[in-house]
Amino acid sequence: MTRLVGYDALAVALAVALFGVLAAAFAARRGEAALGALVRGSVFTLFGLTSVAVLAMVFALVSHDFSISYVAQVGSRSTPLFFTIISLWGALEGSILFWVWVLSLWAALVVWRNREISGRLIPYTGIVLLGISAFFLILLVGPANPFGLVTPVPSDGPGPNPLLQNHVLMAVHPPLLYLGYVGMSVPFAFAIAALISGDARQDRWLRLTRRWTLLAWGFLTAAIVAGMWWSYEVLGWGGYWAWDPVENASFLPWLTATAFLHSVMVQERRGMLRLWNVNLIVSTYALTILGTFLTRSGVLSSVHAFTTGTIGYYFLAFIAVVLLVSLVLVAGHSESLRGEGRLDAPIARETVFLLNNLFLTAFMFTVLLGTLFPLVAEAVRGVKVSVGEPFFNRMTLPLCAALLFLMGVGPALPWRRSDLAQARAKLLLPGGVALVVAVLSAVLLTRNAYAVAAFAFAAFAIVCNVREYWLGAAARRRAHGEAPATALVNLIAANRRRYGGYLAHIGVVAIALGVAASSAFRKEHDATLKRGEKMSVAGFELQLDSLWGREEPQRAVVGATLRLMHDGREVDRLTPRMNFYRTQDQPVPTPAVRSRLWGDLYLNLMAFEQDGSSATIRAITEPLVPWIWIGGGIVCLGALVALSGPARKRVPVHETTGPEREPSPLPLPELEPARTA
Amino acid sequence: MTDKGKYGIVAAVVIVGAFGYLLLGGIGNNLVYFLTPQELLAREQRGFDVPVRLGGQVKPGSVQWNAQAIDLRFELTDGVKSVAVRAHSAPPAMFRDGQGVVVEGRYGRDGVFAAEELMVKHNEEYRAPKPGEKPSEMYRSLMPKTTTPRT
Repeated sequence: MTRLVGYDALAVALAVALFGVLAAAFAARRGEAALGALVRGSVFTLFGLTSVAVLAMVFALVSHDFSISYVAQVGSRSTPLFFTIISLWGALEGSILFWVWVLSLWAALVVWRNREISGRLIPYTGIVLLGISAFFLILLVGPANPFGLVTPVPSDGPGPNPLLQNHVLMAVHPPLLYLGYVGMSVPFAFAIAALISGDARQDRWLRLTRRWTLLAWGFLTAAIVAGMWWSYEVLGWGGYWAWDPVENASFLPWLTATAFLHSVMVQERRGMLRLWNVNLIVSTYALTILGTFLTRSGVLSSVHAFTTGTIGYYFLAFIAVVLLVSLVLVAGHSESLRGEGRLDAPIARETVFLLNNLFLTAFMFTVLLGTLFPLVAEAVRGVKVSVGEPFFNRMTLPLCAALLFLMGVGPALPWRRSDLAQARAKLLLPGGVALVVAVLSAVLLTRNAYAVAAFAFAAFAIVCNVREYWLGAAARRRAHGEAPATALVNLIAANRRRYGGYLAHIGVVAIALGVAASSAFRKEHDATLKRGEKMSVAGFELQLDSLWGREEPQRAVVGATLRLMHDGREVDRLTPRMNFYRTQDQPVPTPAVRSRLWGDLYLNLMAFEQDGSSATIRAITEPLVPWIWIGGGIVCLGALVALSGPARKRVPVHETTGPEREPSPLPLPELEPARTA
Repeated sequence: MTDKGKYGIVAAVVIVGAFGYLLLGGIGNNLVYFLTPQELLAREQRGFDVPVRLGGQVKPGSVQWNAQAIDLRFELTDGVKSVAVRAHSAPPAMFRDGQGVVVEGRYGRDGVFAAEELMVKHNEEYRAPKPGEKPSEMYRSLMPKTTTPRT
């Protein structure tokens, strides 16, 4: 019953999506009102149907309906309810079902939020999203059908992959990632719709798109940081990033989307980079599909790589279609994508944005090459290789340093033009601070040139960005006589996009500091301890108190209890554990992490004697690791601040055929606060 | 096309070319080959002191684990040739004779493979454990007596 409801909902959803796309061609002739109504109806119906399918699957999982293939694959009567529900995205078919649902959710939100906007842009955007949904629905109805029939019905199933049911972050990371990843379909759909409808002539579509891109980007950022945290908390190696192809897959579209969020400002203000911006949007979307291909086609082996059959070919074909359609449309409309403005002076914020885009694109190509190279090498030369971490680190560290530098320079320079004297005056203080930090950290902390450079550039960027708040708030205090805190709040409230952006910069600097410090100063201590024995770690002593076992419904847990002593006094108790799931002979670790703002003490149970007499413990000290998670939170807060700004003035008049407007020097409603320089 | 445009294109080609050269050079120096012991030994001189991922099985009877010194030694075999491996890490929980493992590290001129990382290869598909290799035997002695696990 559940099976039929779920499958039929998907089949009808596919029919609705296809009908919406085809019928739009006829409705277009009968005017915009008919077209808009048709697209809205199709999109809302699609969302309703995919919601029914997702609910049916959740119901099937919770009611342990093992006649349904997906439940038989990931379900188990002994799995706790919480992990049963989130196993919705724990394997291939369910993850694509969830993907389609998120996509239809985005589509419904876009169509609903923009329902009062006239013209063909929004209906066309809805049609593109319907078309994309149709592709994923074809997968669900055919090769990745989660509602397959299993006979005879098994009495129990194996449960989800142990790695995916070992930590609550598994409930956070995947949905965020889908919201971000799938959300990149929205700017892509806007771009394609703008090219087809002729809206690409003006920048209105871009202003409508910007917030959606920012929202999706915020989700993607949160997802990447949550994924790093999950890896840190579950995999037991004390690291958070290994340039694993799957990590790279999530990072690639982030790089191009970040580039877009910056270059879009150049287009809004100066009418430049129109072609480039469309290309960034298309690349971002193609990279999300490439990432999906990498993780869903079985070409990689990793936690995320679900074993599969032919589904990879569908994704390859889809990427080809996306690139081909985009290329044809962009080439066919190159006239309307011609930029209007010019660079007035080399020393201006525009130049910084151009460099930022150059470096982010170079970053993307570096990671892309490192990710795809092993696949190409195996296909062409038949050798199995992987690209070592040193490649990624050596190639990207200079880019990271350059980006940190630009992150400071950008906010300091005005738009349009500036001169050397002005730039020098503005960069003197942050440059001086960076120099002092570099000298101090080289003398006191480390000879590691990368770490010294990272601290110096981070100091530079943080001073530049914090100073913007300081100067702005000081100007308000003078002008309005406000108290410092009020001035700061009002400053941010008056120009949320700008100060949200600076907040995101500060968050990125916090992440950079956390990564630099934790990789430069990481220390590992391994020891095999008998009961009562001690090891010393970073000024503390760790004493093995006991080794114990515990039986849980879905797993057996073996843990070591250690006392953390300082000056002979117990300050904490830590219990690293090992979890034995019944369906996998390799245990999954649960490290014990003692987190403080200045750093973490990370304990992993490596091995133990079966009689409980001794245990091998790996103790890792990693300074500033929590700042990676905190920084991720600050970046997302920055995105929220930027999004919370009042909606832009609507442009109800449809001007496709109108003459091209001269770009006004300040087309934004937001006003620059008084500048002091 | 204006002269300025031409210069721009030339500059772009130079930048992209230099960057591509750097990238390809960087990748060539950092490739980690995935080899079997037989393939590693066949490389002779070229097999020493370069990062390699070595895959095979733990040769039965070869495992020596010194818990106090955290020193693990074993032989990794592909059925034809075998390579001595040394790792400064505890054996993973299900490390045993005949287990498929992958080690990442460098093969030294002393004929010992210094492993920086040791991964147990396990099948994603469920396979019933053979007698004597049930994971539950690992921890049964640690379980509270009242809830002795089911067999």
